[in-house]
Amino acid sequence: MIPEIGHIALIIALVMAVVQASLPMIGAQQRKLEWINLASPLARGQFLFVAVAYGCLTYSFIVNDFSVRYVASTSNTALPLLYKVSGVWGAHEGSLLLWALLLSAWTVVVSLFSRGIPLLILARVLSVMGMISIGFISFMLFTSNPFVRLFPAPMDGRSLNPLLQDFGLAIHPPMLYMGYVGFSVAFAFSIAAMIDGKLDAAWARWVRPWTNIAWVFMTLGIALGSWWAYYELGWGGWWFWDPVENASLMPWLVGTALIHSLAVTEKRAAFKSWTVLLAIFSFSLSLLGTFLVRSGVLTSVHAFTTDPARGLYILVFLVLVIGGSLALYAWRAPSLRSIGQFSAISRETGLLLNNVVLVAMAGSVLLGTIYPLALDALGVGKISVGPPYFNQIMVPLGVPLFLAMGLGLTLRWKKDSTSRLSKKAIIPMGLALLIAILLPLLFAPEQHGLTFIGLILASWVALAAMIWLLNQGRSPFKLPASTWGAVIAHIGMAVTVTGITLTSIYSLEKDVRLAPNEQYSLGDYQFKLIGVQKVQRDNYVAYQGTVEASERGEQAMLMHPEKRTYLSQSRPMTEAAIDPGLFRDLFVALGEPLGKGAWSLRIYHKPFVRWIWLGALFMALGGLMAALDKRYRRLSSRVEVTV
Amino acid sequence: MTPRRKKRLLLVLLMIFGVSSATALALKAFDQNMMFFYSPTEINAGKAPENRDFRIGGLVVQGSVVRSEKSLMVKFDLTDTKEVITVQYAGILPDLFREGQGIIARGQLNDGVINAVEVLAKHDENYMPPEIADAVATAKEAN
Repeated sequence: MIPEIGHIALIIALVMAVVQASLPMIGAQQRKLEWINLASPLARGQFLFVAVAYGCLTYSFIVNDFSVRYVASTSNTALPLLYKVSGVWGAHEGSLLLWALLLSAWTVVVSLFSRGIPLLILARVLSVMGMISIGFISFMLFTSNPFVRLFPAPMDGRSLNPLLQDFGLAIHPPMLYMGYVGFSVAFAFSIAAMIDGKLDAAWARWVRPWTNIAWVFMTLGIALGSWWAYYELGWGGWWFWDPVENASLMPWLVGTALIHSLAVTEKRAAFKSWTVLLAIFSFSLSLLGTFLVRSGVLTSVHAFTTDPARGLYILVFLVLVIGGSLALYAWRAPSLRSIGQFSAISRETGLLLNNVVLVAMAGSVLLGTIYPLALDALGVGKISVGPPYFNQIMVPLGVPLFLAMGLGLTLRWKKDSTSRLSKKAIIPMGLALLIAILLPLLFAPEQHGLTFIGLILASWVALAAMIWLLNQGRSPFKLPASTWGAVIAHIGMAVTVTGITLTSIYSLEKDVRLAPNEQYSLGDYQFKLIGVQKVQRDNYVAYQGTVEASERGEQAMLMHPEKRTYLSQSRPMTEAAIDPGLFRDLFVALGEPLGKGAWSLRIYHKPFVRWIWLGALFMALGGLMAALDKRYRRLSSRVEVTV
Repeated sequence: MTPRRKKRLLLVLLMIFGVSSATALALKAFDQNMMFFYSPTEINAGKAPENRDFRIGGLVVQGSVVRSEKSLMVKFDLTDTKEVITVQYAGILPDLFREGQGIIARGQLNDGVINAVEVLAKHDENYMPPEIADAVATAKEAN
């Protein structure tokens, strides 16, 4: 009964979405106030029904209702409650439902915090979000219904990959989806502005906080995914340039460009049509990312031939969203005239450089991700591009990006002078140069050109941001939140770049064969295999290794890497032992038994690897502070009074 | 041309320069790092490139896995059910590596043996990577 209620709720939500998408939009054109006023209540109603549907599916997971096909294929009785709840978004159908839920939730939140926004614009924004919602809900109802029953119902569900039973991974998709869906707000506002033919500073102030919040969630989501891959997959890598990862990186890159372009639109009334274009692309890439990861097209492009309706629907949906919004753009963008002029040396130019580089990065990632898929789908050949492709592009593109990033905050709007800039740049650049030369000389085992480049860029970005903050002429604690946000986010990026540079260059990674009491030296560390024992736990058996790690012969410490076999599974799973630290991680994973008590072991020394995720935390904090700046709220309350 | 237009032209030219150099960079990197996938039949027919990484996929032949006594060196045979080719690899094999399983290796061909730098066995126990399924299907059709 409960699944049927969910199914019906979803149908009602679809009907409401159709009304929400059409009436307010027509009402806004024909100035019919009653139709315009329908937008907010419909958004709330739609959210209610999607939430009911979502609740029903969650209930079916919790009570192990295996007569629901989706539950039977993604859950089982042995699963802890937490992973049953997170199992809802464990596969294609449920993750679409989560998407729809978050979308309707964002829509309601937009309607709640909309007091400063003219009714006409709000009606159009909510209408566009309703259209996206139609796309997702009808996709579910017509091709991927999570409530489909299974007859006869199996006694137990399919066993779930134990790799996926992890808290970090459980909260990773909702985080990422909050970001994906959040970009729909900027998208909807852009469509509304194009229809309206007006895009002013007030518009940018409405869009900026939403875009920032979406970006914060994406940043955290990507960082979580990277961290999970590091500690759980047993490979010790933190980024693999896997299509699944690239799918989330592309909207993040374009979204980062959007955040910066919006600043120009707000302060200088320039880059207007460019901002709109970025909003379209960041949302389109979010859609692409969702479908790439969840439709099964990555494991096999032939997934589409087994279910052609699904593939066709996705293609049509993408073409409608991207093609439709670009057509509207071609028609209406000329009316969004940018009036702000600027000279060649100005903050506008700096942000233009930021945008061009970020979009070029996203384009290169897109090429490396989509092209092999397209070739395979066309039957031309099977190719793949590995990490070297992406590294070869990202490093040279990153250099101008980070050079401009340091200058960016210091640059003045409209017109700046080279002499003033060079005076401002000389202290941070000098210090950065010192750091980049001295630190590796003092601490690094060997010198490397790329260390120099990475360190000088990172310290330049961080120092330039800090010095700029101190030179604001006011006590730093009286500065607006958005100023702090920008500085913290820039420092965060510098922290991440430092982590990436040092980990990539100085990581020591070794696969070794060790017999009991045999020792291996890796850099300053000695690793001694004491032995491997078989241990029995609640739901798995494991080989547990005991490895003694010591730094230069002192400070012996025991590490326990495991090779587990879960009872419901036949495949073993590597559980690495990690000794974390701010400046280095030690990482030991068990390979295979090689006979006579000897094992193959994977031993890593990873300097500064934590900085990669630490920097992402800073970036997210910075984005949050910028979104919470007083001036966005001040504006809405002022308009409220005049209405 | 007014000075304002001149400035604008300069900016546009700069952007075009930036975008085109990024494109050139991307295409060059793409060309250098593009890896093709070959089945054992194709490799034995001499289709695989020399001095360049490529990917090979197939089923691990039962009983063909030989480990070195002293190092991590391991040798095994891969087949698409028609032809067989030997792969050698120094490192830890993935958790899912088994005889009879489908795996994908990346490496170069030297004297009829693949020197692998990476061995992948993804996915669950019932799943065969699509490349290998295709290769096996093609080999069966040819029989």
